[in-house]
Amino acid sequence: MKRELVKYLLLVAAAVSMPYFFSDGYMMNVLVFVGINTMLAVALNLLLGFAGQISLGHAGFFGLGAYISGVLTATHQVNPWLAMLIAAIAVSFLAFLIGFPILKLKGHYLAMATLGLGIIIYIVFNEAVDITGGPSGLSGIPNLALGSLVFDNDVKNYCLVWTFTIVTILLAVNLAHSRIGRALRAIHDSEVAARVMGVNVRLLKVQIFALSAFISAVAGSLYAHVMTFAAPASFGFHFSVELVTMVIIGGLGSIYGSLFGATLLTLLPELLRTFQDYDIIIYGLILILVTMFMPGGLVQGIPSLLGALLPKKKEGRG
Amino acid sequence: MLAIQGITQVFGGLTALDDVTFTINRNDITGVIGPNGAGKTTLFNIISGIYTPTTGTISLDGRNITKFPPERLAAFGMVRTFQNIELFGQMTVLENVMVGLHTKSRCGIISCAFKMPWHLHEERRIRETAHTWLRFCGIDELADTTAANLPFGKGRLLEIARALALEPQIIFMDEPAAGLNSRETMGLADLIRKIRDRGITVVLVEHDMELVMDVCDRILVLNLGKKLAEGTPREIQENPAVIAAYLGEG
Repeated sequence: MKRELVKYLLLVAAAVSMPYFFSDGYMMNVLVFVGINTMLAVALNLLLGFAGQISLGHAGFFGLGAYISGVLTATHQVNPWLAMLIAAIAVSFLAFLIGFPILKLKGHYLAMATLGLGIIIYIVFNEAVDITGGPSGLSGIPNLALGSLVFDNDVKNYCLVWTFTIVTILLAVNLAHSRIGRALRAIHDSEVAARVMGVNVRLLKVQIFALSAFISAVAGSLYAHVMTFAAPASFGFHFSVELVTMVIIGGLGSIYGSLFGATLLTLLPELLRTFQDYDIIIYGLILILVTMFMPGGLVQGIPSLLGALLPKKKEGRG
Repeated sequence: MLAIQGITQVFGGLTALDDVTFTINRNDITGVIGPNGAGKTTLFNIISGIYTPTTGTISLDGRNITKFPPERLAAFGMVRTFQNIELFGQMTVLENVMVGLHTKSRCGIISCAFKMPWHLHEERRIRETAHTWLRFCGIDELADTTAANLPFGKGRLLEIARALALEPQIIFMDEPAAGLNSRETMGLADLIRKIRDRGITVVLVEHDMELVMDVCDRILVLNLGKKLAEGTPREIQENPAVIAAYLGEG
């Protein structure tokens, strides 16, 4: 547990020091998205990495969080914090209800069902023009504020988002090291044995699905209030797949892996921008290499790669 | 304590079990034997709630538990092990047993995520109890090994330790001696007796006749889905129908 504490304090220190390194708004803005994507990847990892249940619909929960929060504040002048809470509760309740039938499915079937769910939500964003503004998006979403402190520039948004991100990581790590985390991993390894051990597999899967949706909706709400704008294009199937990629690249069942995966996949397109049209090739290549040679993700793969390389050197000398 | 009444299980056109009735007495070691395909594992899967029988009832101390799923049976103190050991491979030996204590702990998602004081207290208790069961089965020194890396024999012991952590009334073991060498089998026989001495009823499906005759108080013989005989080891050994079935004359 001490090692967990050290890791966590390192993360907090790194997050706090970022604004001192990057004074320009551009990088701060990118880091805001790193934070939001980390929350989403951690949320999905609880479901995919721990319980072993795939979801290709998480962009939908993210989008619902953004739109519910956006519509409540922009159209109905609800307090943004209250709107965030309502969005998170509503989305997790929806996930809870849908979870019971959907999580009976396994493997490819579950992937298809969650994919369908994500697409339905995406279509609603596009077609419910009166409420969502349709394909052109919903604008005029207010910033979050604490008293007179309005989160309206990049540095302030960074602090806001990363406070949420860091709390999310802490809670997820705690959960991972508890009886719930163990029960989830048990489901992943052998569902029948988990049931024999008295784990209510069906209920626990649905609960974790709802929790995952809750975190995703909070991330969505943050996104809406940071951007002051939401459009369906950000919440499509493509983004759901990207989230799954973040979790897998970082490492299934590793919370810090999700942080790493989200950081990499958010920064990579920015870094590769200089390669212009070739960026997509490099991006794809990295994904292929990681999944082929580091199936446990980068957080596990890099140390074991170093471990495999170092003894060879010694042999060479001897 | 456990009454099995007229259990029939039909898979498609195949009758795997045909009107099987018998009773398991508290604190006995009961053996279920029979040639391959006799329906032993099917019977276990029904009793442990993995299958629901086509007809028939199972009752525990007078309560009808026929349709209870495994997670509900666990709460009533009924637990099983598997023929092809079903460990949580990616978890450590200790964590496997800690999952066995799932029904002995209460903290929900929220108190776990926020590390409430009672959660920390409970976690400590789970860890200590898990070590106790590992010591009971003689594998405490392997506590931090990843379960998938265990040798087969130790994996079996871990599965038993994990099942005992539920503090069951009855433990069902599906071929616990399969794949064990003779020394490990002897150790298993001692462990089974030790489990019974703690007041736990033991039921085992087993092919190793020496083990069955050695440890069991009562034996149920199945053949082709039907009950062939029931009795003490001596009675079974002398039963002509059983001898015929095993020598292939039936």
